Amino acid sequence: MAGAAIPLSEASNGSLLRISGIDVQGVLRRRLLDLGFVTGNTVEVLRRSPLGDPVAFRVSNTTIALRREESSLIYGELLGGEEA
Amino acid sequence: MESPHAIKGSDPLESLLAAARQLADKGAIRDEIVTGIYGVTAGICREAVSYQDKKKLSSTYKLDRIVTSKLWGFPIMLAGLGLVFWITIAGANYPSSWLASFFGWIEGYLTSGFTAVNAPAWLHGVLVLGLYRGTSWVISVMLPPMMIFFPVFALLENFGYLPRVAFNMDRLFKKSGGHGKQALTMSMGFGCNAAAILSTRIIESPRERMLAILTNNFVPCNGRWPTLILLSSLFMVGASARGALRTFSTALVLMGIVLVGITVTLTVSWVMSKTMLRGVPTHYTLELPPYRRPQIWKTIVRSSKEKSLNVLTRAIVVAAPAGILTWILGNVVIGGDSVLNHMAAFFDPFAQLLGLDGFIIMAFILGLPANEIVLPILLMGYMSSGAMVDVEGIGSIKELFLSHGWTWLTALNMMLFSLLHYPCGTTLVNIYKETESLKWAVLSAVIPLGIAIGVTFATAQIVRLLGWV
Amino acid sequence: MSHYTVAFAGNPNTGKSTLFNLLTGLRQHTGNWAGKTVTTAEGEFTHNQHVYRAVDLPGTYSLYSNSADEEAARDYIIFEQPVVTLVVLDATSLERNLNLALQVLEITGRAVVCINLIDEAKKLGISINLKAIARQLGVPVVAISARNQTGIGELLDQLERVATGAFAGKPLKITYSDEIEQGIAELLPLVEQTVGSRYPARWIALRLMDGDSSLLSSLKTHMGRSTSPAHKEVAGHGVTACH
Repeated sequence: MAGAAIPLSEASNGSLLRISGIDVQGVLRRRLLDLGFVTGNTVEVLRRSPLGDPVAFRVSNTTIALRREESSLIYGELLGGEEA
Repeated sequence: MESPHAIKGSDPLESLLAAARQLADKGAIRDEIVTGIYGVTAGICREAVSYQDKKKLSSTYKLDRIVTSKLWGFPIMLAGLGLVFWITIAGANYPSSWLASFFGWIEGYLTSGFTAVNAPAWLHGVLVLGLYRGTSWVISVMLPPMMIFFPVFALLENFGYLPRVAFNMDRLFKKSGGHGKQALTMSMGFGCNAAAILSTRIIESPRERMLAILTNNFVPCNGRWPTLILLSSLFMVGASARGALRTFSTALVLMGIVLVGITVTLTVSWVMSKTMLRGVPTHYTLELPPYRRPQIWKTIVRSSKEKSLNVLTRAIVVAAPAGILTWILGNVVIGGDSVLNHMAAFFDPFAQLLGLDGFIIMAFILGLPANEIVLPILLMGYMSSGAMVDVEGIGSIKELFLSHGWTWLTALNMMLFSLLHYPCGTTLVNIYKETESLKWAVLSAVIPLGIAIGVTFATAQIVRLLGWV
Repeated sequence: MSHYTVAFAGNPNTGKSTLFNLLTGLRQHTGNWAGKTVTTAEGEFTHNQHVYRAVDLPGTYSLYSNSADEEAARDYIIFEQPVVTLVVLDATSLERNLNLALQVLEITGRAVVCINLIDEAKKLGISINLKAIARQLGVPVVAISARNQTGIGELLDQLERVATGAFAGKPLKITYSDEIEQGIAELLPLVEQTVGSRYPARWIALRLMDGDSSLLSSLKTHMGRSTSPAHKEVAGHGVTACH
C-alpha cells in the first residue's frame, strides 16, 4: 500500500507528503489551491512556530504557513522523510 | 444559433449565471479548472526549468531554523526590537541637540531682529515664541529619530523578517481571537497608525480586521516615539547611568512600554472577540517569502524621503498653528491668570488622580490632531506659566518638568497615557472611512481612552499607596 | 507620441513594486508580504518616445476573486482593458507564479511576461529556458533583475512591440476536461449575446461555471456604465494615501 492518507497537521517535521485530498470548500479551498495545495502536489513539512502552531510547509518552491485548523483538512500520503 | 439555455427574465446576467450553474457541479469544476491550469504550468516547467540541486533551493530559508526556532524565536524578536530602539536613541541623541542649539541660535537673531524694528511684544510672542519655537522643537526632536527608525525598520521589512514575526506570534493572536496578520498591521503602526489602518485591508475577515483596527492604537507610532524616548531617558533611567549604559537602559524601558502595548492589544482583542466582535476565526494562510538582501541605499533614501518627510511635514503643518494657539492661550489673561492656566487648573484635580497634571491632560486634548505636538504644547504651557526657562538642552527640559512638580511617576504615567490614549485625528478619520461606521470610529477612541485612564489611575494609586513617590 | 496604459500584475513578493519604482521613479515603498500594496499606484515612464501610464495592481496569487485585492486586479484587467498587462513572475518559484500568468492570458493576449529575480534563480542553480516558455505562452517573455537593473531595456522593447501592435500575441489556450469544454461551448453564445464582444467570453463562461458571483456584480456595474460614453474614471485607484 502506498500509505494511508493522513492530515498534514499530523505529519512530523521533515516529512514529505503527496496531497491526496482537500476537505474544505469555499474561499479557503480557492486560496489553498492558488498556493499550490493541489491534489498530486508534493508538500514538505518544514517547521513549527515556537508556540507549536502554525506550521510552515514547503510547496511549489514557496513556504506557506497554515494553522492547524487548515492543515488538518488537507490530506496526504507519506512519501519519505521521517515517519509520522 | 440554437441553444438549450434560453435567456429570459428581467436580468439577462442573472439568468446567464443560472444557466452556468446548471452546467456545473461547482466544487468539482473549480478543482478541474485549477488542476487544468496546474497541469499546463507543470508541463511548461518540466520543459523549461531545470534545477541543478533541489537542496540548494531551500538555502534561502536556512535562517528560519534559527529565527523561528522554539529556543531563539522570541529572544531574537525582542533583541531585534531592542536593537532598533537602541540604534534610534543612540543615533538621534547628538543630532537632536545640535539641531536644538542651531534653532536656538537662530532664535536669538530673530528676537534681535524683532527688537530692532520695534515690533510689538505680542507679535514677537506669537511668531517667535509660539510658531517658531513650536516648529523648531518638532523638527529637532522628531527628525533625527525618524531618519533612523524608519530606514532601519524598512530594511527589516524588505529583508523579509516581518512575516516571521507574524509566524512566531500567530498563536497569541489566535488565542485572543485575532488574525495572525494583525502582527503585520501592528508593525506598520510603529511607523504610523493612520497608515496601519489602511494596511489592515490585508485581513480579509471583517471581524478580525475590526480587531486589528481597534487595537492598532496600542502600538506607539512615530508621533509618540519622541515623547516616550525623551521621558524614559529623563526620568526612568538612573542618574548614574551614562553613555552607552544610559542608551541601553532607555531602550529597555521603551521595550517595556511596547510590551505593555502588546499585552493590552491581546487583552482588548480577546475581550472584544468574546463580546462585541464574536465569531469564529477565518482561515489563515501566510507566505514566508525568501529572505532577500535589501537594497540598502535605495531603502534608506526611499523611506527617508517618503515617510520621514511626510510625517515631518504633517507635524509642522499641525504644530505651527498649535504653537500659535498655545502661546495665545498662555498669554491672554482673564481674571489675573492666563486662559491656559485656567484650563489647566480645571483639569488638574482629575489629572492628579491619574498621576498627571492639568497641563498634561490639556496637551493631550490639544494634541488630538497629531501626537507629535503633545510634548511641544506641554513645554510651551509650562514655559508660559510663570518661570521662563530657556529650553536649549535636554537637561533644561528636565528642570522645567521638575519645577512643575514632576516625579518619575508623572513621567511613567504620561508615557502610559501616551501609549494607550486615543489615536490621532488622522487615524480616526481613516478608521471612519475604512469602517464606514461612526460607532466604530467613536469606539476606537473611547475604548483606548478608558483603558488609558484606568491604567494610569491604577498605577498612580498603587505607587502612592506603596509610598514609592 | 502616444500614451499606453500598462498594468503590472504579479504574485506578492515578486519584486513587482521594485520594477514599478524603477521604471516610473515614483518612490513607493515595496513590501514583502501578501497584499502589501493595498491600493494601486500609478506612474509614468517613457521609452522610444512612447509614454506609458503604469498602474501597479495589488499583488495577488490568482484572479479568482478570493479577496478584495484579487477582485480589484481582475476588474482592472477586464474592464479598464490596459493596452498591455505586464505579468511579473518570481524566477525562483515559477511553478506557482506561472499560474497567474496563465490566468491573465486567458483574459488577454496583450501581455508581456517578465521573469524577475533571474539573478537569484541563477544563484540557486535554477536555469530557465525562456524561449521554451515564450513558445508555450505565445507572448513575449523577458528575464530581468529589477534590483540589478538587468534586462530592463529588452523588457521595454517587448512592451513596445505589444503596445504598438507590432507583435500580436497568440496566447496559450488551456484545454480543460471534456466536461468543462462542453460547458464552455454551451455557454459561449449566451455570454456573447449578453455581455457583447468587449469582454473575453470564454473566460467569463469559465468563471460563471465556477460560480463566481462577484464577477457578475462587477459585470453589472460596468455594463451599466458602458452605456455612458465616458467610462474611464476609476474609483479607488489613487496613489497610496496615508497622512
